[in-house]
Amino acid sequence: MKISHILLITAIAAAVGVIIMSAGDTSTYVTFDEALAQAEAGQTHSLHVVGELKKDRTGQVTGIRPGADRVSFSFLMVDENGKEQQVQYNEPMPPDFTKSEKVVVVGRYKDDAFLAEKILLKCPSKYQEPAQLTSGG
Amino acid sequence: MMHYFIGDLGHFFVILAFVASLVTVVSYFRATTTTDLEKKGQWLVNGRIGFYIHSASVVGIVVSLFIIISRHYFEYYYAFNYSDRSLPTHYLISTFWNGQEGSFLLWMFWQAALGIVLIQTNRFWEAPVMTVFALVQAFLASMILGVVLPGIDLKIGSSPFILLREVMHDAPVFKMDPEFIPKDGNGLNPLLQNYWMVIHPPTLFLGFAATLVPFSYCIAGLWFKRYREWIRPALPWAIFAAGILGLGILMGGYWAYETLNFGGYWNWDPVENAVYVPWLILVGAVHTMNAYRNSEAALKSSIILIIAVFVLILYSTFLTRSGILGESSVHSFTDLGLSGQLLVYLFFFLIGSVVLAVVRWREIPTSSKEVSFLSREFWIFVGVLVLALMGFQVLMETSKPVFNAISRLFGGAGNRAPRANAVEFYSNVQLWFAVVVAILSAIGQFFWWRKIDATKLRKELVPPMLLALVLFAVVITVGQVYTVKYIVLTLAAVFTVVANGVILASLLKTSPGLSGGAVAHIGMGLMLIGIMASSGYSKVVSLNNTGMLISKELSDEFNRDNLLLFLNEPRTMAGYEIEYMGTRVEPRRKRGYIDRNDILPTPTPGRVVARRDIYYEGKKLFSENEEFEIHPENTFYEIQFRRDGKVEFVQYPRVQANEQMGIVSSPDISRSLTRDLYTYVSVEMPGEARNDWSETEEVRVKIDEPFFVNDYVSTLEGIQRVDEVSGVELTDQDVAVKGKVTIKGERMAYSAEPYFVIKDKMVGRIPDEIPELGVRVSLMSIHPETGDFTLGIATRQKDWVVLKALEKPFINVLWIGTLVLMAGFLIALVRRYREFIKMREKGLE
Repeated sequence: MKISHILLITAIAAAVGVIIMSAGDTSTYVTFDEALAQAEAGQTHSLHVVGELKKDRTGQVTGIRPGADRVSFSFLMVDENGKEQQVQYNEPMPPDFTKSEKVVVVGRYKDDAFLAEKILLKCPSKYQEPAQLTSGG
Repeated sequence: MMHYFIGDLGHFFVILAFVASLVTVVSYFRATTTTDLEKKGQWLVNGRIGFYIHSASVVGIVVSLFIIISRHYFEYYYAFNYSDRSLPTHYLISTFWNGQEGSFLLWMFWQAALGIVLIQTNRFWEAPVMTVFALVQAFLASMILGVVLPGIDLKIGSSPFILLREVMHDAPVFKMDPEFIPKDGNGLNPLLQNYWMVIHPPTLFLGFAATLVPFSYCIAGLWFKRYREWIRPALPWAIFAAGILGLGILMGGYWAYETLNFGGYWNWDPVENAVYVPWLILVGAVHTMNAYRNSEAALKSSIILIIAVFVLILYSTFLTRSGILGESSVHSFTDLGLSGQLLVYLFFFLIGSVVLAVVRWREIPTSSKEVSFLSREFWIFVGVLVLALMGFQVLMETSKPVFNAISRLFGGAGNRAPRANAVEFYSNVQLWFAVVVAILSAIGQFFWWRKIDATKLRKELVPPMLLALVLFAVVITVGQVYTVKYIVLTLAAVFTVVANGVILASLLKTSPGLSGGAVAHIGMGLMLIGIMASSGYSKVVSLNNTGMLISKELSDEFNRDNLLLFLNEPRTMAGYEIEYMGTRVEPRRKRGYIDRNDILPTPTPGRVVARRDIYYEGKKLFSENEEFEIHPENTFYEIQFRRDGKVEFVQYPRVQANEQMGIVSSPDISRSLTRDLYTYVSVEMPGEARNDWSETEEVRVKIDEPFFVNDYVSTLEGIQRVDEVSGVELTDQDVAVKGKVTIKGERMAYSAEPYFVIKDKMVGRIPDEIPELGVRVSLMSIHPETGDFTLGIATRQKDWVVLKALEKPFINVLWIGTLVLMAGFLIALVRRYREFIKMREKGLE
């Protein structure tokens, strides 16, 4: 066998390794029910749940409860199956939180509440804010 | 009045640029394929003229857009959405690339410039190279075409010259008056109002544009069946592209370090990754192109790599501009409806170049000679393979949203989430790749320059290894590096610095012009050491040493790593006594920080008037009653750092109320040779807490009689009748008096000036606040019979701020390494350019 072949095989093996590494141990988007099931099964790794903030009939976000010191907060989130869940976040409210279209919480169940370690927001846009005609109009 | 002409002119230039690039493609294509010499010459001239017209149109687009922005024609969406009247000129330039259309324009501009350079410098390859060039330009021009194809209702491109009313056709104001022009624009995202954001995007896009040159040569070489010859002229450009792209990436990292608060310069954000991957592959390509003369295998891999680089650049454009990354990145652009067009662009060049390469593959010279372990090519190959794998790993991970989309397309679940601990994951894997790359770049250099055989190998490599081990021992001991992976990385990095240093030393004696590689590798080694030290050993210094929780609702980690500072109450941190001195604002056009108590707002937003003479660092900035402008969105928290009672330095971490992005906290960094101290505001006092006043307590005092306000000694210094009270209209019948209360704070005396007004026989009281002390004073009543006054005192929690501070050891080694790396690229570039000139003089290229 030629050295170049050995090299090639090693490289392919490494590439396959990279793919396996990338595919394995990755978290998937789950629903609150699945997350709860996993927590009850004793798994403790972080999960991603996608959903929206609970809104009332007028489209206002409801269910946000600030902590006593106003630096942490909890909120109600509705996942893609329509399940409503209280989510606790032990950090200050991220900017633009209430404006978000979609919320991804990364965390896990602790007792009855979902404890988020991280909140990712999908806002209407980030750099390209749709123009607002309030200024000068 | 609406300025239709300039927009129409701009749009005309866009269409002209597009058409001219198509004409150029056809002309150069004919020039390439025609054998008739006379016709070939004519087509060449046609192509050249076509490209010049195209380039002139691109400049025309840029000028038109700049006129719209700089003259504040807010009837145009681009000007309205990205600029406003208060922007200084250099930021007006950066509004260009704030929008997507502008960044396509920038990219096109650089490629037009590079195309002209190519036409001027290399006649030999002109026709085929410029065919590819103009084709790419046509695709880019189509991105900003903004034309709707009639009949099939297909929109091609998004024009930067659309009017505001065309974007917001539903806005009622345009229904009433189509000629409506807003008075001011939305302004440039204040986060981007930073000098790095003026130069980082043009540098990055120059790098993007430069990758097109080696790609065009490669395609031309395959097309012409000049499988070896294309490398010679392409090499200096590949080096140039690698250098500029690297510089652009690092500038972005530096901007993030100074502006964002994730605590570092690199966050493995998909947008960063999208440029990092092609850069790695490009660096690999530079290496194989260097080796092509001795190895046909290097020829084939150069072709693959150069094509891969360009396709990856297109792929990264697709990733960042199609909105597909939406959920996983902080700074991807929104979808302009160009996804389809971007995909066509990507697949056209992907399929086109792969098909061409496959068709020609058998003809490309190959050697049957076995590679030897002791050949320099072998080591270069291994190194390039590792670079490719390094890129592949990042690519696979970053492409997850794409895999999700493809999976959904075929009915799959497509629900793979990005990793929760992405930074850690990438860093850990990339670290080991970096170790291998560092070791290979040391050994490879010895094989490259010394043409080593087995016996010589030991003799040559042992001294630098020993030296590296000694240095390594010193670094490990002094730096107290005890983590296995960091020990290994340090060893590899020190080894590559020493080994390349040895090579450099001998090259400097004989042929310093060839030292580019050695210098670049030393730079890389230094960067690795700098990254390892500053990131691996980044230390939180804002440890909560008060023994009290900031809030029991915050996580333990947050309570441990953050420091709550009340105004003027010193704490200790990182060996300093630190004290929060108050909030500051920043004037426009003058450097300095101004106490909020020294200014009063005016009716115009952003304009303030000085209450007294304002000094900063002993220099007078403004006189009393002078009006000036400030950046109203920014608040700076002045933090004094003292040692033995002496002020060592002052930091001003910033909190920005950013309209587009919410509250953005930016660090202030104090630099010293061995470490940076990086401080940012982690929690601001919420606005409501500032209005959470206690019940008003009344005190009855005489003038100059001391009393306590929130434990501060205070006196009513005097009372004075006034004729004017701002915001109140007074007639002859009315009375207004102003009290002056002085409150001695920890550091300075504050004065509050409450008003007492009798208007139309009604009593009105206007209290005055001292926000820093959390005190509000009102003049409740006057007792002329005793000469007493009743003051109303309300208190709230004192101003506070929560800080987080990190220490970044030896981050300067990273920046120095960056500069050394760039110097290496420059030396190599000069060498290859000289070679190219020599060859051209011989008439060979």
